[in-house]
Amino acid sequence: MINIIWVALFLIGMGYAALNGTMDAVNKTLFVSAKDAVEICFGLISVLIFWLGLMKIAEQAGLLGKLSGLMRPIMRKIFPEVPPDHPAMGYILSNTIANIFGLGNAATPMGIKAMKELKRLNGGKKTPSRSMITLLALNTSGLTLIPTTVIAIRMQYGSQSPTDIVAPTLIATCCTTVAALIIDRYFYYRRKRRGKK
Amino acid sequence: MSLITALSNWIVPCLIVIILLYGTLKKVPAYDAFVEGGKEGFSLAVSVMPFLVGMLVAISVFRASGAMNALTDLLRPLLAAIGMPPQVLPLALMRPLSGTGALGLLADLLGNYHPDSFIGRLASVMQGSTDTTFYVITVYFGAVGIHHIGDALKVGLLADLVGIFCALWIVTIAFG
Repeated sequence: MINIIWVALFLIGMGYAALNGTMDAVNKTLFVSAKDAVEICFGLISVLIFWLGLMKIAEQAGLLGKLSGLMRPIMRKIFPEVPPDHPAMGYILSNTIANIFGLGNAATPMGIKAMKELKRLNGGKKTPSRSMITLLALNTSGLTLIPTTVIAIRMQYGSQSPTDIVAPTLIATCCTTVAALIIDRYFYYRRKRRGKK
Repeated sequence: MSLITALSNWIVPCLIVIILLYGTLKKVPAYDAFVEGGKEGFSLAVSVMPFLVGMLVAISVFRASGAMNALTDLLRPLLAAIGMPPQVLPLALMRPLSGTGALGLLADLLGNYHPDSFIGRLASVMQGSTDTTFYVITVYFGAVGIHHIGDALKVGLLADLVGIFCALWIVTIAFG
């Protein structure tokens, strides 16, 4: 899918430029934008080093583990079909905490481990269980405390206050997460109703 | 809404103080741990580079040719009713499909409109308020061999839609 979109952006762009005589602008942008992308990544280096460095302190101090303990009662409500002491619950908690703190690289392996355990709980069926869909909903809603990458790019383009979107983003992502869980519940009850008919 | 702006300014410093105090109380060698974690940050930023170069070049070609403006002009009447600038719609459409694609579009928007403009802020909040639904489904279900995705895609995409409207709503209140 993304391969098609990527190629289409080039082809449509080149075609449009050929028809509208903007080919010189396209030529110019080819190399300028490649350079811009590399510069953005350099901008990311500073923010990511700082953020992941801080997160390592939080991790070694056991702060992340403590937070997952605090979230356990909430998660029990969100995942009623997962036994509270099952390893799946532990992985779900680690996955969520990693997402909240913007540790995408740590979140994915935990999410996959959680899915494996959930599949086992579901008797190894090839169709997703209720909890598996809930875990996906939780992950696609992108609950994040600090959008570090966005802040870095804002800095790169000369924002006067790169962090002024932190609170709005937090409010938006919380609303999205709650909505995702409600939508997930709705679809679950709809499946159940249909199953009974 | 100076409250939201003030809150934004306080979240990051508070978090830093909490982590440093908690770490020191738990006798973690804070600076050593910081450096160790920072190395991961470096390799993470560098590993994004080829993805972002590919995406930003493709998007920039699309914009420089004039096709992007033609597309947003086409969408303008549709979006005027809900108060959404048409320039951010490509980002909204890309967000569930590809993380780096969306990142490329965000960079493109922040470069062409100022980061502190309404469009710049809306794009920033949109990028942070949802995640890449298709990627998450592919990776998570793919890894455990689930082929029938059930309601997962519908739930994810509806949540993305809610996320876009939440972003529009909150940015209009805070900065509109």
